[in-house]
Amino acid sequence: MIWLTWRQFRGSATMMAAVLVVLVAALVLTGPNLASDYAAGIADCTPDNTCLDFFDRFFGEYDIPFLALTLVVLILPALIGLFWGAPLITRELEAGTHLLVWNQSVTRGRWLAVKLGLTGLVAMAAAGVCGLAVTWWSDPLDRSAVPEMAQMAPVVFGARGIAPMGYAAFAFVLGVTVGMLVRRTLPAMALTLAVFAAIQIAMPLLVRPHLMPPVTGTFELGRENVDGLGAPRGGSLQIFLRTSAVPGHAGAWVLSSKLVDPSGRTISSGDGSSGPSSTIPRAVPVSTTSGPCSPQGLPAGGA
Amino acid sequence: MTSVLQAQALGKRYGKRWALRECTIDIPAGHVVGLVGPNGAGKTTLLKLAGGQLEPTTGGINVLGGRPGGTPAQLARVGFVAQDTPVYAGLTVADHLRLGARLNQRWDAAMARERIAQLGLVPNHRAGKLSGGQRAQLALTLGLAKRPELLILDEPVASLDPLARREFLQGLTEAAVAHKLSVLLSSHLVSDLERICDYVIVLVDSRVHLAGKVGRLLAAHHRLTGPRRDPDRLPADQHVISASHTERQSTYVIRTDAPIHDPAWTVTQLSLEDLVLAYMDKRTAENRRAVLEVRR
Repeated sequence: MIWLTWRQFRGSATMMAAVLVVLVAALVLTGPNLASDYAAGIADCTPDNTCLDFFDRFFGEYDIPFLALTLVVLILPALIGLFWGAPLITRELEAGTHLLVWNQSVTRGRWLAVKLGLTGLVAMAAAGVCGLAVTWWSDPLDRSAVPEMAQMAPVVFGARGIAPMGYAAFAFVLGVTVGMLVRRTLPAMALTLAVFAAIQIAMPLLVRPHLMPPVTGTFELGRENVDGLGAPRGGSLQIFLRTSAVPGHAGAWVLSSKLVDPSGRTISSGDGSSGPSSTIPRAVPVSTTSGPCSPQGLPAGGA
Repeated sequence: MTSVLQAQALGKRYGKRWALRECTIDIPAGHVVGLVGPNGAGKTTLLKLAGGQLEPTTGGINVLGGRPGGTPAQLARVGFVAQDTPVYAGLTVADHLRLGARLNQRWDAAMARERIAQLGLVPNHRAGKLSGGQRAQLALTLGLAKRPELLILDEPVASLDPLARREFLQGLTEAAVAHKLSVLLSSHLVSDLERICDYVIVLVDSRVHLAGKVGRLLAAHHRLTGPRRDPDRLPADQHVISASHTERQSTYVIRTDAPIHDPAWTVTQLSLEDLVLAYMDKRTAENRRAVLEVRR
């Protein structure tokens, strides 16, 4: 039975292997270079404490390959569910070949177990290799990533470590299940893709925040979490917060944030701006027409 | 003599529709059994129940003394060639033989190779490129080479042209004789079965209407032609299967074990096709009567 499963599967498995070999080779060739760039940069910036600038520059330089690779790792499980999961049983049912194989001296239970087991394991292995290779390659970038691309961020989390293996196993089983319910390969593939995409979006938004109780903390405004200040003429003072950045906790996943004054009162929770997005202007009710923040109040020669 | 297939009050329902009802048959071993009936009569359902691909809704079925399809040992004893003789389009002929060898303990590799060579199939041709007849022969080879005691074929020749049909059935008959296997095959065309079957089951409207050895059935059925006469006036041991009347003449198909002495009748022998058609017709005649009564 293993022979037959492999014989039916070897074409697509070989193709997947070829793609992975190319990908891993490219990563292996460029990875050490990236790591040494990073190490050199860190060595340069540590004495004069300019590492935040270095991180910005370094990540900015590589953000396109970083995002592309992350996307590849996220999409791979979907492709596995689509092309390996959905047709696995459905194509047999469509062609009637299940009746041929069910009448050899192998029980249906064993047939299904071998098909699911072998293909499922290969799927997980492929996603695992891809995920771990990209995790290894991205390590310097993960360390220097902007807060909203840190490892716990929704987009990146599913593409690091062993998470892709879990997604691959899920997508594969989803594809097989949808295929058996729909019983036609093409609609099953389309439906698998739609359901998998919906779940990949719903997981980080609806489920993952509740898996562990979040930690609440209060941090001072500083270089890491303030992007800038603005004072439109006649309006109130605007503080541009980087709400995803938590000083001293690089890579933390911020579910919500609000601006408080020294006594702990909320200054401005604002217009639905409590979400974990990148830069949010917070209006602080400070007059810019009179007082220390007005143009007249500025010390001479101030900027 | 042992039975290859025993069914007691076997029934299968799909939703609200009964595909097979109250089927009680006992097929002795060593026959080529033809299962005849119009399309949708329940032939495939009965064969799939025998192959273990379906579970009965009611009643029980026993194939070669075991529950169908449950264990590898039982699967090894029953060969099954499904409707439209499916094969893996992407695999070659040789791959199919390897598949058979890997999945069957009793696989007869020499016989399979020999048969493929005889049929002129090229081992490294893809099965998807074969003609309908070649594909059917490949599926039959897979069924035969696993060395079953009973080979079940579901409409194996339905999609074949007359020549391929004859070749296929001839090959089947030869193999059945050579390997002493029992064969159960279905068709909606009696002419296919007439040549090779020595046992026949007529299935109409999901019920078994007739089952028995062809020779004995033909000996017990007669066509009577003579002056017009009501069925009530026939002797009690003559069961009317079908009747047709013109103004002056009556034609009956009857079943009786006693000789027919009435000189008014011209007695003719029935062919298997006549016999099967009479039983199928009987059913439709009853239906027609029922419809008429409702309308009245």
